[in-house]
Amino acid sequence: MIVDSFRFLPRSFRPIYEGHGPFPGEEAPVWAPFAKRLASSRIALLTSAGMYLKSSQASFDLEREQNNPEWGDPSWRSIPANANATDIGVAHLHINSSDIKADPEIALPARLLDQFVSEGVVGSATAEHLSVMGYQHRSLEGWRNETLPELVATLRDQQADGLILAPA
Amino acid sequence: MPVLARWIEAAGIPTVVVTMMPAVAEDRRAPRIVGVEFPFGHAFGMPGDKPMQRRVLGLALQVLAGSGAFGTRVDLDIEWPVPLRDAYKAWQPKDASPIVRKLLASLPPRT
Repeated sequence: MIVDSFRFLPRSFRPIYEGHGPFPGEEAPVWAPFAKRLASSRIALLTSAGMYLKSSQASFDLEREQNNPEWGDPSWRSIPANANATDIGVAHLHINSSDIKADPEIALPARLLDQFVSEGVVGSATAEHLSVMGYQHRSLEGWRNETLPELVATLRDQQADGLILAPA
Repeated sequence: MPVLARWIEAAGIPTVVVTMMPAVAEDRRAPRIVGVEFPFGHAFGMPGDKPMQRRVLGLALQVLAGSGAFGTRVDLDIEWPVPLRDAYKAWQPKDASPIVRKLLASLPPRT
């Protein structure tokens, strides 16, 4: 079964996404072999749903995006694996976030990953997972120059052996 | 997101992208891809549906740890259990995003 990549996309949006090929300079394969057994590996999660902790973190900057529609906040948040669902906020103007707020696992399945750990399928999960806000429109420079080095440093600090990314 | 996966992979950390647009992730040359035919905002499935979420995360782990080569794509065969018209409306924000509002405002008026 082949997934229809445009099933839920408004027809007028399709040309924005379809058939553009790689970004300039991003044509070549990149490959880091997954060398270990999953049962002795540490796994991290990354969501682009714009998740943040209401009690202790600033939201992503939606006000600036309202004023400048071609800008998206390139910053990131660290989401503890044991964060309380009621403390999770979602800042993303391009989706209806009510389902994620009701069950954050549909964007960042930290508890489910812990379950795979307790069953011995996965060795361990990182203590912190990662959140970005996926609307970056035309410029990826903020992600590349500021966010990426911090994400990689965090993943290395936490000794992640692999990362599961999911867009909103 | 596929580009972010590429950059992190290039830094030496294996990645898999779980996405509702796997054709775009292929276009953008993500190293490992799991395709789901789910509405936006629902990469791991329906809220509260643990068995469905488990199938997605289980497949993502398998593709992350077991892919043999760059560009591996595996699609998950689960049909979204909500009628298309309802699901299509449900994922979209109540107010159009700023860029969509701007694009709509720039269109010539209909005659």
